[in-house]
Amino acid sequence: MSFLDLKNVTKIYPNGTKAVHETSLSVDEGEFMVFVGPSGCGKSTLLRMVAGLEDITDGDINLDGKLINNVDPSERDVAMVFQNYALYPHMNVYNNLAYGLKNRGIDKKTIEQKVNDAAKLLQISEFLQRKPSMLSGGQRQRVAMGRAIVRNPKIFLFDEPLSNLDAKLRIQMRLEIKKLQQKVGVTSIFVTHDQVEAMTLADRLAVINDGIIEQLGTPIEIYNNPKSLFVAGFIGSPQMNFLDGNLKNKTLSAEGFEIRDINSDFEGDVTLGIRPEHLIQSDNALINLKVELVEQLGSDNLVYGQLKNKNDFCYRCPGNQKVENGTELNLQIDENKYYIFDKSSGKRVN
Amino acid sequence: MKIKPLQIIAHIILILGVLLMIVPIWISFASSSHDSVTILTEGMKFHLGDQLARNYNEVLNEKGGWSEEVTAAKMFINSFIMALGIATLKVIISAMSAYALVYYRFKLAVPIFWLIFITLLVPLEVRIFPSYKIVSDLGLTNSYTGLILPLVASATATFFFRQFYKTIPDELLESAKLDGANAWSFFIDFLVPLSKTMIAAMFIFMFVYGYSQYLWPLIMTTAEEYWTVVMGMKIIYTESYEGVALPRTAERFAYIILSMIPPVLVVVFLQKWFIKGLIQTEK
Ligand SMILES: Nc1ncnc2c1ncn2[C@@H]1O[C@H](COP(=O)(O)OP(=O)(O)OP(=O)(O)O)[C@@H](O)[C@H]1O
Ligand SMILES: [Mg+2]
Repeated sequence: MSFLDLKNVTKIYPNGTKAVHETSLSVDEGEFMVFVGPSGCGKSTLLRMVAGLEDITDGDINLDGKLINNVDPSERDVAMVFQNYALYPHMNVYNNLAYGLKNRGIDKKTIEQKVNDAAKLLQISEFLQRKPSMLSGGQRQRVAMGRAIVRNPKIFLFDEPLSNLDAKLRIQMRLEIKKLQQKVGVTSIFVTHDQVEAMTLADRLAVINDGIIEQLGTPIEIYNNPKSLFVAGFIGSPQMNFLDGNLKNKTLSAEGFEIRDINSDFEGDVTLGIRPEHLIQSDNALINLKVELVEQLGSDNLVYGQLKNKNDFCYRCPGNQKVENGTELNLQIDENKYYIFDKSSGKRVN
Repeated sequence: MKIKPLQIIAHIILILGVLLMIVPIWISFASSSHDSVTILTEGMKFHLGDQLARNYNEVLNEKGGWSEEVTAAKMFINSFIMALGIATLKVIISAMSAYALVYYRFKLAVPIFWLIFITLLVPLEVRIFPSYKIVSDLGLTNSYTGLILPLVASATATFFFRQFYKTIPDELLESAKLDGANAWSFFIDFLVPLSKTMIAAMFIFMFVYGYSQYLWPLIMTTAEEYWTVVMGMKIIYTESYEGVALPRTAERFAYIILSMIPPVLVVVFLQKWFIKGLIQTEK
C-alpha cells in the first residue's frame, strides 16, 4: 500500500451534485502530485476529502497505513494552504505559525525553535511580529506555507495557492514551492487549473474532468501520450489543433488530405489532433495554412490562421523564422506525431 | 488650511448637538451644588454653588426607606452589580448561542434562530407575571440572582453576533481545524478576539439596559437592601414631607448626577477597545 491511498472515493453533495465519481489514486511518500482540470471539475472537493473538510460519501482513504475516513481533520496531521491563505488576522506571523504547535502541546522552547527555523527557510524572519494585514501578497503566501511546514505534517495540501498573485510572482513562488518541497521532502498534493503550473510542479499529474480522473501520469507521459480528447486539449499551450476526419482501412481522410498506414483498427468518425509544435514547413505538405496573425514570443512564433475549410489552426515555429501575414504555408506533421480520437467517445484510438 | 462654508455649517450643527446633550447635565450638576432653598426660590442654576460636598455626602450616606436603613450608595452598588451581571451574561450567552447557530449546522438551527428572534416581540414587561411566578417559585426573590437571571437572554445580541460570525470566512475555521483547534478553542482563540469590538459594543448597550431596569427590580424586591438606583429615583421624587420641610431639590439633582456615573465609567473604560476595533479592520 502506498503512502496515501484513495479507493473508490465518491462525493455526492447534499443537493445531489456528484462532484467526484468513484476515484482511486495512490500517492507515494515524498511525491508531488498535482490535480489539474477546469473549474468545477471536483479537484478541490477531492483535496478537501483528503483533508477531512468534506465527508466522504463512499470509498476509503488511507494515509500512512491508517484508514482516515472518520478521523477528524484536526487529528489527521495534514496541512493545507488555501487560495486566500486564510491566515489568522488577529495573530501576528509568529503566532500564526505557532498556533498549530501550541495545540499539539509542544513546549514553548521547541515551538520557538521550529518557528524560527521555518521563518528562516521562507525568509520571513523579519516579519514575525507583524499582523498579516501588514504583509504583501507574496509574503502572506510565504506565511501560509510556513504555517504548513512548521508542523512537519504527513502531507501538504495546496488548493490553488498561487492564483491570487500576479504573473511574475506566481512563477517565482512556483519555483520556490517546488524547491521547498524537494528540500523538505513532504508528500504533497497541489490543485490548480493552470496547466503550465501543473506541468512544471508535478512529479505525477492527475487530469480531472467532471469528477473523473481522465489520465494519471508524469507530465511528459501525459503530454506525449494523451489518452483522451479532453486531456489532449487541456494539456499543452497553445492548445492542440483538432480536425474532423474519418478512419477506414487504416486510412485517415480529413478534408484535403489523407494519412495512410495508421496503427489502429478503428473505423468511423474521428478527431485528428496535432500539436502546433509538431509541424514543420515542407514542400510535399498535407496542410495548407493561410496566415492571419503572428505572435512573436522571441524564442518562438505562434502562427494563427485558417485552413481551406475555414478551420482555425495554429502553428508554432522557431522565432528566427520569418512569417508574413497573408502568406500561405505548407505544413507537414513532424515524425507522425498526431493523435486520433474516437469522435463520439473521445477515446484515443491510435 | 482654508475652511469651507460647508465645514463651518457642519461644525455648527455638531456643536449644537453637543450643547443639547451637555447643557441639561451641566444645569443638573450646577443645581446640585446649591441648597434646596435657593433652587426653590430662584430656579435652576447655571453656576456652581457652595453646597456641593454637603449635598453629595447627604445623598450617598443618609439612610432612607421605610426602615431607614438603605443608603443611595447601596443602591448604586446594587444597580452596578445587576447591570454588570446582566451585561456580562448576556454577552457570553448570546456569543455562544450565535456560535452554535452558525457553526453547528444542525437541522433546527434556522427555526431555533427565528424562535429566539421572535422573543424580541415579548419583552419582559409583557411576560412579567409568569416570569415573577417562576422566579418566586424558585425562591429567588430578593436576591441578585433573581434580579439578573430572567434578563440574561438576549435576542438582539444573539442576532448581532450571528451576523458577525457569518462574515468570518469558512477557510478560517477550516485552517484552524487542520491546526488542531477543537470547537472550544476555535471560539476562544478566534471568535472572541475577532469580535472584540462587537463584544465591547454589546457590553455597553446591555449594561445601560440592565442599569435602567425599573419594573423588574420593583416587582422582584421587597427587601430594601436590594433596591436599585432607578427605584431610588422614584422614591426621592415621591418623598412625603411632614410639617414644614421643603422638598430636597438640590439632593435630587445630586442623586441624578451620581446615577449617571456608572454607565459613563463603563463607556470610558471600553471605549479604547471599541474605537480601536472600529478604525482598524482586522479581517
Ligand atoms: N457545498 C456544495 N454543495 C453542492 N455542490 C457543490 C458544493 N461545493 C462544490 N459543489 C459542486 O461540486 C463541483 C466540484 O466543485 P469543486 O469546488 O471541487 O470544483 P473545483 O474543481 O475545485 O473548481 P475550481 O477550479 O473553480 O476551484 C462543482 O460542480 C460545484 O458546483
Ligand atoms: Mg477549487
